[in-house]
Amino acid sequence: MTRISLTVDGAKVADDVEPRMLLVQYLRERLGKTGTVIGCDTSNCGACTVHLDGTSVKSCNVLAVQADGSEVTTIEGLAATTGNGELHPVQEAFRECHGLQCGFCTPGMIMQSVDLLKENPHPSEEEIRLGLEGNLCRCTGYHNIVRAVQHAAGAEA
Amino acid sequence: MIPAAFDYVAPTSVEDALAALAQHGDDAKIIAGGQSLLPVLRMRLNAPEMVIDLGRIESLRGVRDDGDAIVVGAMTPHSVVGSDPLVAQHAALVAKAVEHLADAQVRHRGTFGGALAHADPAGDLGAPALALGAEFVVAGPGGSRTVAADDFFVDLFETAIGEDEILTEVRLPKRTGWGAHYEKFVRVAHQWPIVAVAATVRVEGGVIAEARIGLTNMGSTPLRARAVEEALAGQPATEDAVRAAAEHATEGTNPPSDLNGDADYRRHLARVLTRRAILAAAS
Repeated sequence: MTRISLTVDGAKVADDVEPRMLLVQYLRERLGKTGTVIGCDTSNCGACTVHLDGTSVKSCNVLAVQADGSEVTTIEGLAATTGNGELHPVQEAFRECHGLQCGFCTPGMIMQSVDLLKENPHPSEEEIRLGLEGNLCRCTGYHNIVRAVQHAAGAEA
Repeated sequence: MIPAAFDYVAPTSVEDALAALAQHGDDAKIIAGGQSLLPVLRMRLNAPEMVIDLGRIESLRGVRDDGDAIVVGAMTPHSVVGSDPLVAQHAALVAKAVEHLADAQVRHRGTFGGALAHADPAGDLGAPALALGAEFVVAGPGGSRTVAADDFFVDLFETAIGEDEILTEVRLPKRTGWGAHYEKFVRVAHQWPIVAVAATVRVEGGVIAEARIGLTNMGSTPLRARAVEEALAGQPATEDAVRAAAEHATEGTNPPSDLNGDADYRRHLARVLTRRAILAAAS
């Protein structure tokens, strides 16, 4: 067991974990943050995307021990980052544009979209598609996902 | 999928990492960003008893200017390399290759040195490193040594890094003002390249004075397309001249056949992508 301390969605947590425990397992099984989902389990699909020290990562491809000392934001803590008790603008845009079909990829899509807009506040459609290339939607609902990101960027086509 | 159980240390200096490696030898595996290793561990294709994490060694991160070369710390994430102004100015080929390496999340976490040490022949950094004439600085029990790019890639997933050694930094000789392009062929998003070509050229008055070309996934290691380089030297940067030179792209290659394409298909791709890469680099 290895002792880890980190901040998850604004709350400080500390736990003894097996070194082999994946960050996504830690979030879901220890902290109950099941908003972050496990999709492919092979680091392909991006459904488990969270922010680690401010940048997007696939939490099925990070060990919990590697996140020791870090700050993690999951889909569950995203709204709180706005500080006004409302949904994050990207969450709101996904709702407004119906950027989902079954909804399983949505947590990862939203977390990656937030990261994308942080680096490029006014992306073109192509830049959005490239920026989300690590996130798969098995319903193939990409069209409205891209529209949602455009909407959030204030540049709805 | 969960990896088999292992012990874990996260040393904060290269010396401590080397000591851990010396102690555990064959039973240990080094983790850098983990973007290749963790899937391997999860699928239980490998089950080391000890994992040594280099992620806490600050001295292995960052890009610096060192006179006639720029030096990239082995633990510098791809996303940092890709946006670094020194890399853009002096090793544009690396910036081009990193731009479309894997996907954004992997680029945040994966590292320059980790990817090179992993030595996947389909990896995006080997061919640019070869083309640029990179030097690999490797630390071991007896101190540091430097390995030339031509000697670094030994075979499939195998480099000149010894079992008791760690890659600490990569020196990229400055090729300031050279045109550069990385042309990669994939069928679906964030796939490994079926074939890719890294080209960097120095053009003087419309003539290609010097060209350096690297091939991805055309053999068990990244390869230099020396016959193309020689054919290009002194040629005008025109479509016809480049097309003729690119016909040499398959000399000395031994491409694999797999579900993505057979060896003949890859040879065809190599010629086409080489032409495209050189023309883009020269424009």
